Amino acid sequence: MSLRLTALAAALLLAGSVHAADKIKVGFVSTLSGPGAGLGVDIRDGFNLAMKSLNGKLGGLPAEVLIADDQQSPDTAKQAADKFLKRDKVDFMTGIVFSNIMLAVGPSVFENKTFYISANAGPSQYAGEQCNPFFFNVAWQNDNLHEAVGKTVQDKGFKNVVIVTPNYPGGKDAVSGFKRFYKGHVAEEVYTKLGQLDYAAELAQIRAQKPDAVFFFLPGGMGINFVKQFVSAGLSRDTQLFAPGFSADEDVIKAVGAPMMGMFNSSHWAHDMDNAENKRFVADFQKEYGRLPSLYASQGYDAALLMDGAVRDVKGKVEDKAALQKALEAKRFKSVRGDFKFNSNHYPVQNYYLRVIGKDASGRVTNKMMGSIFTNHADAYVAQCKMK
Amino acid sequence: MLQLILEQSLNGLQFGLMLFLLAAGLTLVFGIMDCINLAHGSLYMVGAYLVAAAAQAADSFWIGLGAGVAGAAVLGLLLELSLFRQLYRRDHLSQVLATFALILIANESVRMIWGAQPVMLNPPEALSGPVEIGGFFYPAYRLVIIAFGLAVAGMLYLLVAKSRIGMWVRAGASNREMTEALGINVQRLFTAVFVFGAALCALAGGLLGPLLAVQVGMGESVLILAFVVIIIGGIGSIRGALVGSLIVGTVDTLGRALLPTLLRALLPADAASTLGPALASILIYLLMAGILFFKPQGLFPARA
Repeated sequence: MSLRLTALAAALLLAGSVHAADKIKVGFVSTLSGPGAGLGVDIRDGFNLAMKSLNGKLGGLPAEVLIADDQQSPDTAKQAADKFLKRDKVDFMTGIVFSNIMLAVGPSVFENKTFYISANAGPSQYAGEQCNPFFFNVAWQNDNLHEAVGKTVQDKGFKNVVIVTPNYPGGKDAVSGFKRFYKGHVAEEVYTKLGQLDYAAELAQIRAQKPDAVFFFLPGGMGINFVKQFVSAGLSRDTQLFAPGFSADEDVIKAVGAPMMGMFNSSHWAHDMDNAENKRFVADFQKEYGRLPSLYASQGYDAALLMDGAVRDVKGKVEDKAALQKALEAKRFKSVRGDFKFNSNHYPVQNYYLRVIGKDASGRVTNKMMGSIFTNHADAYVAQCKMK
Repeated sequence: MLQLILEQSLNGLQFGLMLFLLAAGLTLVFGIMDCINLAHGSLYMVGAYLVAAAAQAADSFWIGLGAGVAGAAVLGLLLELSLFRQLYRRDHLSQVLATFALILIANESVRMIWGAQPVMLNPPEALSGPVEIGGFFYPAYRLVIIAFGLAVAGMLYLLVAKSRIGMWVRAGASNREMTEALGINVQRLFTAVFVFGAALCALAGGLLGPLLAVQVGMGESVLILAFVVIIIGGIGSIRGALVGSLIVGTVDTLGRALLPTLLRALLPADAASTLGPALASILIYLLMAGILFFKPQGLFPARA
């Protein structure tokens, strides 16, 4: 009898669980210390700015954002994520910067049927065969920005290139993305340790190869040190540097300064993009934090807006996973990068632009938008994705 | 090709000499006082932060370097008087536990004072460019680091091998009671050695600050390398620390530069690009294992 009662109670509880939640919880795990901290801090600040503009609510419901530092270690990230999933029972997860950490945390998030909104890491694995209904990337697929640089280097007629990238999943994606559109000679592919800060040995190798251009993908403190050491080794005199937007945004420019002028880089967003949402975002960000936003900040901002639109769309019934997935796929918000849509693998189909670093009207060294490289560009892995 | 080898040798020399600054203090404390100091790397980190803070306050790298090194020496003095003096007579396990606790305390204190994000330290303006030597450009700042390292190595040699204080240090290490009986204050001598080691740590941290980044945890990775150096060189031997540092510096630099290229000639490109960097990063540990196999006491054992 009592067993039957318990079963009945359980059934009632389960049936009653698809009602509007009274509060939305977001688990934000990101790299907030160490050389990669600049990226995580910008994503967090962008996310928090969006929360502030939404009056601390997601889809009209009060929201709580729980923040944890992964110290750029997959183990620490996994522990923090498990705590958010199991104990705090968050409705969304976001924040991870590095793809190796994303790949370590992903399985437990998906198993728990929690939606992960990636504001940065876009590993090829989750775009292709391992694509998952619970994974959305609001930024880009890892290869995309590198593909755009590859196209630029190809179009500008460079023939002999050295590639420098860290030895981790994001670095491998960078090389394949770049080579998909650059067809000239690759003199050398240099793989460094993730988090390496001294590039003396690699720079000597580059000098010996005498390339006409160097393509490097070294996010955060790695890129800051690479560019500084590249310039102080005198290599900038006859070698042109190319990078994706990650290695040429405000965090790196602020640290390196004038030596970066004239460097071309690619991005899906730029702070001088001309649309109402972006103007408001850039102005608000500067007012709040006293610095220009980077692409990472724009991604964090968009991640919060994506959640907001989807929660509003399902009228707060975040327990109805199928409906929430549809609402996320529908992308009910206006992005600061202008319009884009989600592909069948939950990665964006969008435009990619060329930026160049120079002085703006007020004499400040920053990025300037040059024009588009790709329009409505999808990633190369979508065909391998059989979304269940 | 010759130019590449020359440049990589300079890089190896620069890296090795900085390792030497750390290993010298570590090997003296370990070899002479028989005290394992895991917090040696923390002194390096705190030294770098002090240099960065002082350089920012004084708006001059050189004043910052001087002030930071002096600050670290004072910190070393306080540590020796309050903690290490109690540890010399304890067993190695107590020393490991106490100094490991120091690492945690140092990391958290630095995080509280300076924040979790790296502090950027810039080299002096005049040294930020390249200079031309033998037909190629080399960063001026790295040459300055090499000069500092060579000067310290020379000074240490004179101090330990030729001076009276050096003689006391060597005597205190080989027979403490006898030295005390001859009227030498060994305790004060050990304090001086410890403070000197702390100052060398801060010098290395301050000099490397502009090349790397001043950040929490920067001491741990370099501490492991410093231990590898003193094990290769022989514990307690300054000469061993110098030779060990140069070997480790050169092998690490050349390994990173040449190994991937060599492997590419032997293996398919895909396998080489995976194996190369992995092998390069374990090369120095292979080297250490090899040397220990043939010379279990290290290259220059202090107590033969």
